[in-house]
Amino acid sequence: MPRVGLFATCLMNLFRPTVGFAAARLLEDAGCTVEVPMAQSCCGQPGYNSGDFDAARALAKQVITAFEGFDYVVGPSGSCMATLRHDYPKLFEGDPAWRPRAEALAARSHELLSFLTDVCGVSKVAAAYTGTVTYHDSCSGLRGLGVKAQPRLLLGSVEGLQLTEMQDAEVCCGFGGTFCVKYPEISGRMVDDKLANVAATGADTLLGGDLGCLMNMAGRLRRQGSTLKVFHTAEVLAGMATGGGIGEGER
Amino acid sequence: MDVSSPRFKEKAVIALANPTLRQALGQSRKGFVNKRAELVAALPEFEALRDQARDVKNHVLENLDHYLERFDSAVTAAGGHVHWARDAEEARNIILGICERVQARTITKGKSMVSEEVNLNAALEERGYTVVETDLGEYIIQLAKEPPSHIIAPAIHKTKEQVSDLFEAAHGGPRKTTVADLVTEARLVLRDKYFKADVGITGGNYLVAETGSSIIVTNEGNGDLTQTLAKVHIVTSGIERIVPTLEDVSLFLRILARSATGQETETYTTLSTGPRRPGDVDGPEEFHVVLVDNGRSKMLGGKFQDMLRCIRCGACMNHCPVYGAVGGHAYGWVYPGPMGSVLTPLFVGLDATYDLPNACTLNGRCQSVCPVRIPLPELLRELRHQQHQRGISPPVQRRALGVWRFVAERPGLYQFANRLAARALKSLGGREGRLRHLPFAGGWTALRDLPAPEGKTFLELWQARKT
Repeated sequence: MPRVGLFATCLMNLFRPTVGFAAARLLEDAGCTVEVPMAQSCCGQPGYNSGDFDAARALAKQVITAFEGFDYVVGPSGSCMATLRHDYPKLFEGDPAWRPRAEALAARSHELLSFLTDVCGVSKVAAAYTGTVTYHDSCSGLRGLGVKAQPRLLLGSVEGLQLTEMQDAEVCCGFGGTFCVKYPEISGRMVDDKLANVAATGADTLLGGDLGCLMNMAGRLRRQGSTLKVFHTAEVLAGMATGGGIGEGER
Repeated sequence: MDVSSPRFKEKAVIALANPTLRQALGQSRKGFVNKRAELVAALPEFEALRDQARDVKNHVLENLDHYLERFDSAVTAAGGHVHWARDAEEARNIILGICERVQARTITKGKSMVSEEVNLNAALEERGYTVVETDLGEYIIQLAKEPPSHIIAPAIHKTKEQVSDLFEAAHGGPRKTTVADLVTEARLVLRDKYFKADVGITGGNYLVAETGSSIIVTNEGNGDLTQTLAKVHIVTSGIERIVPTLEDVSLFLRILARSATGQETETYTTLSTGPRRPGDVDGPEEFHVVLVDNGRSKMLGGKFQDMLRCIRCGACMNHCPVYGAVGGHAYGWVYPGPMGSVLTPLFVGLDATYDLPNACTLNGRCQSVCPVRIPLPELLRELRHQQHQRGISPPVQRRALGVWRFVAERPGLYQFANRLAARALKSLGGREGRLRHLPFAGGWTALRDLPAPEGKTFLELWQARKT
């Protein structure tokens, strides 16, 4: 049985543990042993994208060390896992000690749904969800890791779930990490454009694979007074989208 | 052109509140994006062409001195003249010198972003020359006394109604209201100028090293009239626009039109090789090429060399959601959008351009459509890195990053802080499960609620589950 180290992304760990448990369940159902190393914090992306490459390197070393013994490293986020896969090797370019370790980690690191389908060969899940959903393609997963068909394949197997595609599903929702707080007005226009496309589908549920984007869209929906449900795709696939959605009340 | 990039945020907010701009931007960009997607889908080898184009450009950049010298010799052999301009001032002086020598009065211009970059029009007008932009979009913004807001569609920010107003005021009515009538009116006005022109200035999409040809592509034919009817033709181009052979040009023509306007080919592709020869029916008496460096050679061999592959198609800005929200003028200089956010800091300096590399979500759509595969997000991130290293990024951000790093490097402390935050935010969120306000998070809560945490962190719940 492949031994998987689950990467507990910052937003999942703090805001939405259910997504972590959903990921663990899906991985276990796919025949993996799941472990969660406690010596982890953040992948370092906030530093990397803010130009503080030294901070990013320091955290990358921590992640590389914490996950060195696992067959695979899997996380429920295209954004964090793209950092592990693509950015770590770049960060250690010209560093003979760390570059090979970064590359070895990168090769074993996967976004959750692409790992389930592309590596484990999962093509269906045993879950049910009553509702019409629309799926937002988060940019890092889509363009960085080629996550496009995998969520749709798996969602297609969820009993009772109907997927309706929105226009411009591949256009950024306006989150962009610190971008959304540094340029709130621009981010606001982008999320409003996105949510207009969501609304036009008539779906009652919005899904995606990255909590940053989902919290941005859910936060804006709540501010607008919308009751549209927002879940991480893993929650639906694991049959754990039973309580309140993101930004809703008591679960 | 003045640099107003330091006012990016302010200009962006004004632009966001402008419904006319929203209307103008929305329509045209959607057209470009959709038409490009259709044509790309219909050309299975498009991705391979992008690879080839990238490789040809890389080869040229690795051997730029060689190809520039070859181009120089070929132009000279064809009877033309090559001028080398180290910076904007030298470029202006070279062109002013030619205009003075031939005693020019009227100067027509095809679209040239390099001429915008070196601020040519202002210099020419200051000397008393009549300067007429002949590209319809450039003509519109010349009337409006505005800079271009897009590198291939300079008046993309204008609606038809605004153009009607401008033409009515400039041409003395009656007011035209249909696109066809507006275009006809512009053509009639411009036709006269072509014949009067002493000097015609165009850009150069490609400079062909083997033949000394400069090539422009247009949809209006204005470039042809500009360069063949004037007595003197001056090409202004960046030193990086060289391609080795005409064979290579055919490759670039295939990707340029598709990427830029979503056409299989632009309407006019025009080669200029030297001045008119004995027996030629038309063509200028003099042919000059002004090769502009203006910061480009400094990019060679460094972290930004990839940017020199740019063929100025505009696909990155057509697909950029930030550009789509704020338009081109907010960027504050000649080149807007993703490519401009890389070039402007390199050309005018990091200090005045802090926002440009930062006002980007790194969503990567620009890179995914770039015909020469420029890793734009990576270059923008590298600019952020240089801002950070040079202490240009805001002190509050630097302090926050310092605290974040200190805590995140200590997983035990990090998890403890997260456990506290999860509880505090959960309690502040109350039964609604969300926060409307949060100190120090105004950038988030101005427009959105903050979804509250579930109460305990994943890591503590996971540990509890195991025991």
